[in-house]
Amino acid sequence: MKIKDHMELFQNREYQEMFEKKKEFEKPCSVEEVERVKEWTKTEEYKKKNFAREALVINPAKACQPLGAVLCALGFEKTLPFVHGSQGCAAYFRSHLSRHFKEPVAAVSTSMTEDAAVFGGLNNMLEGFENAYALYRPEMFAVCTTCMAEVIGDDLGAFIRHSKDKGKIPSELPTPFAHTPSFVGSHINGYDNMLKAILAYFTDKGSTNNESINIIMGFDTYTGNIREIKRLLQLMGVSYRVLSDISDVLDSPNVGEYIMYPGGTPLEELKRAVNARATVALQKFSTEKTGEFIREEWGQEFIAGPMPIGIENTDRFLEEISRLTGKKVPEEIEAERGRAVDAMVDSHPYVHGKRFALVGDPDLLLGLIGFLLEMGGEPVHILCSNGDKHFEEEANILLSSSYYGRNGKVYINRDMWHLRSLLFTEPVDLLIGNSYTKFLWKDTGTPFVRIGFPIFDRHHLHRYSIVGYQGVINLVNWIVNTVLDEMDRASVNTQSFDVIR
Amino acid sequence: MKSIIEKTQRLIDEVLEVYPEKTRKLRAKHIKPNDPTGECGSACQVRSNVKSRPGVMTIRGCAYAGSKGVVWGPIKDVVHISHGPVGCGQYSWWSRRNYYNGLTGIDSFVTMHITSDFQEKDIVFGGDRKLEQLCREVKELFPLAKGITIQSECPVGLIGDDIEAVAKKMTEELGIPVVPVRCEGFRGVSQSLGHHIANDSIRDYILGKASVEKSSPYDVALIGDYNIGGDAWATRKILEEMGLRVIAHWTGDGTLRELALTPRAKLNLIHCYRSMNYICRHMEERYGIPWVEYNFFGPTKIYQSIRKIASFFDDYIKERAEAVIAKYKPWMDRVIEQYRPRLEGKTVMLYVGGLRPRHVVGAYEDLGMKVVATGYEFGHKDDYQRTYPELEEGTLIYDDATPYELEEFTKRLKPDLVGSGIKEKYAYHKMGVPFRQMHSWDYSGPYHGFDGFPVFARDMDMTVNNPTWRLIRRKS
Repeated sequence: MKIKDHMELFQNREYQEMFEKKKEFEKPCSVEEVERVKEWTKTEEYKKKNFAREALVINPAKACQPLGAVLCALGFEKTLPFVHGSQGCAAYFRSHLSRHFKEPVAAVSTSMTEDAAVFGGLNNMLEGFENAYALYRPEMFAVCTTCMAEVIGDDLGAFIRHSKDKGKIPSELPTPFAHTPSFVGSHINGYDNMLKAILAYFTDKGSTNNESINIIMGFDTYTGNIREIKRLLQLMGVSYRVLSDISDVLDSPNVGEYIMYPGGTPLEELKRAVNARATVALQKFSTEKTGEFIREEWGQEFIAGPMPIGIENTDRFLEEISRLTGKKVPEEIEAERGRAVDAMVDSHPYVHGKRFALVGDPDLLLGLIGFLLEMGGEPVHILCSNGDKHFEEEANILLSSSYYGRNGKVYINRDMWHLRSLLFTEPVDLLIGNSYTKFLWKDTGTPFVRIGFPIFDRHHLHRYSIVGYQGVINLVNWIVNTVLDEMDRASVNTQSFDVIR
Repeated sequence: MKSIIEKTQRLIDEVLEVYPEKTRKLRAKHIKPNDPTGECGSACQVRSNVKSRPGVMTIRGCAYAGSKGVVWGPIKDVVHISHGPVGCGQYSWWSRRNYYNGLTGIDSFVTMHITSDFQEKDIVFGGDRKLEQLCREVKELFPLAKGITIQSECPVGLIGDDIEAVAKKMTEELGIPVVPVRCEGFRGVSQSLGHHIANDSIRDYILGKASVEKSSPYDVALIGDYNIGGDAWATRKILEEMGLRVIAHWTGDGTLRELALTPRAKLNLIHCYRSMNYICRHMEERYGIPWVEYNFFGPTKIYQSIRKIASFFDDYIKERAEAVIAKYKPWMDRVIEQYRPRLEGKTVMLYVGGLRPRHVVGAYEDLGMKVVATGYEFGHKDDYQRTYPELEEGTLIYDDATPYELEEFTKRLKPDLVGSGIKEKYAYHKMGVPFRQMHSWDYSGPYHGFDGFPVFARDMDMTVNNPTWRLIRRKS
């Protein structure tokens, strides 16, 4: 029996006729008017209006602070993210992360309602701790806030102390907390604030120095990236720990059992972080406050970014690790580099001179720009809804370092509706961004490669690495084969339908 | 107390053991063995629509989710502003699959995330001026938008903004309705209050402000169908074949005009009672329009519902209703013939929202499956009263269940299939329990109507009987 679901069903004539008839009640705008406005939105005139906006934000590529805080907290052993504020927020964070990782995500809320808005959320926190501890037995609560708790000004430190004094949770249970107002910055700052809070909580200078290094991934939603970095460090024989390691938490094996805390940075390891030789953060903009803390409070060398995306950024990362640890980059990794470069050389004709539009977080964008420039690709529109002046400056320096960056323009505090105008007035060959970027693919027909967060509509991409030399091969694969798919589509009715490319 | 009820009660007590005393007592009121006869009395009445306990990891959402995400969001020719910080609009961006026809960004706006993106200065100085400016910019960039709604996020209500005044001013200035909606996330105990607030705002600002050109005696409105995966379309098709004229969709694939002209309907048909009974009651009181609940999941309930709806009309409709049933029955029988042998005797555990915890029971039964546990995220007493008669005695019923409870009940009841949401889905995958999302239809659908049931049957079969489940190597 042939069963038609939504993909086919509504294309049937009976449904198409039904849709036409429904317009009697909808009274839609006329076909001509819709067509006129549609064409108008593609013009320079519309672009000017669009860029003159001061208040309206349309399809921004950013989320709010507590999402980042929850992601960061999930990366620690037996840690339960504890979100103080309205309960809908925690439901949203859990859904959002589950849709990307295709994994269960645990986080509790203190379920504050109108009475808490008046009297404060202390009682919610007291009961929240008691219930969550009884049910889910975490070894650490990582507390962050929603905007409700921030607006009414709840004092997290005092509330948590009070909860322990009242015996709601054991006094020795770690309870780092971070204020994460959603009206300041974005998810990358929430990650930063939470990480800083956790590191500060576990600062115990009394332990002995060790020769290891700390690795911080930043707001990185590729579990494949963490596995790749760990593999490289192991090949080099480096002693390291990843601070906030989500790889086993958000990419856990199926063993027929739901394990709420399947991995994460062991808390014992976390305690040793303070006495490591140095900390290497793979991202800079999502670790600004953490870095400041490590430098000033721990007196430790802190190196941040660039994300090791592309050959030179990976070279730089490995050189830094080598410098810090005295370990040489082994032949095996050198061979990987050779293979990655070989892949780039082989594929360069399909990337060289191609114009790109990019959407993403600051650190990801800097990495991708660097990689494209290495291949002769031309980043043209670079959209960073959550980028600041420092990012803009850094991206401009990077663009000006290469002939292929000469047409690049950086847009901070702008959104994907701005980019829509740009794609019509100054078209590009390829678009790179998260799943929501697909609306631009639909409107403008620009071929689209999914890199970033969130990726909801393709499976398993986050299990691959985009960092290291292996990451280079994955990126070349995705980008070049999108170009080749597109060439097939474009040439299907022409002589150029080649079988060898 | 009958032994079957006692048995379920023991199961409940066992699972609740781990809770702190106060929470255990409170939770116990929300989880009961089913008593369709009513003999068990208050001991089997599920308590509902009260605050979730902090820290238990409630699956519930908020009022904003109920208004922007559920009721208002699908109205396609209106720009819905997520008014406040950026997150709420981001996390609810095109996650509910309310299908619609229209050109997005030109005359339709459902799949867009439009927000005032509050910054610290907006919190300190208030967001009203920004909101005014924002409405003007909407009008300028989206000239074909038929209206604007302001979907309040938490801070708006806390900092004392007067969005009603802004809406009034902008309605006059822009010449399109600008509707303020006070759906701040901290209001109420779940998304349910958001539904109610959204219903009220439609009532106050839109309802009755348009009319059909020519009435017919067969005008009906389709209420409480959000067109997830095309559900409302599959429903509309049946109603039209019955000879009825559907003048409005609430709200899947709906328009502002349809909301406005609804009081011209002769009968309101309501599917999701929970989220839209408010507007039906209002139209009954204000305009004398009767309303009827129906259920378009699975052939048994569809046939019953078609006849129930037809009973409000004359013989012409009644005859056509019978003709529709006669037309589709052989096809439905073939679907059952194909899938029932693969699903017969399988047990189902549900935990969903709205109407589904009771409405899909019949569809499973059509396939030979049995619902052994069910419950609502944000139901009220009247939902549970409608649920008891649908299920066997002793069936487990839970309200606002926690992930802990769901996991423990699953271990003990060992269902062959679980239907719940995205937050539950992957925990069940890890447990090796076949799972379908019963909010989004797991990106499939439609599930309503005659065109929906074959898809439902196919999907349940593919999930229950997929060979991947057998590859899982269990540790213990």
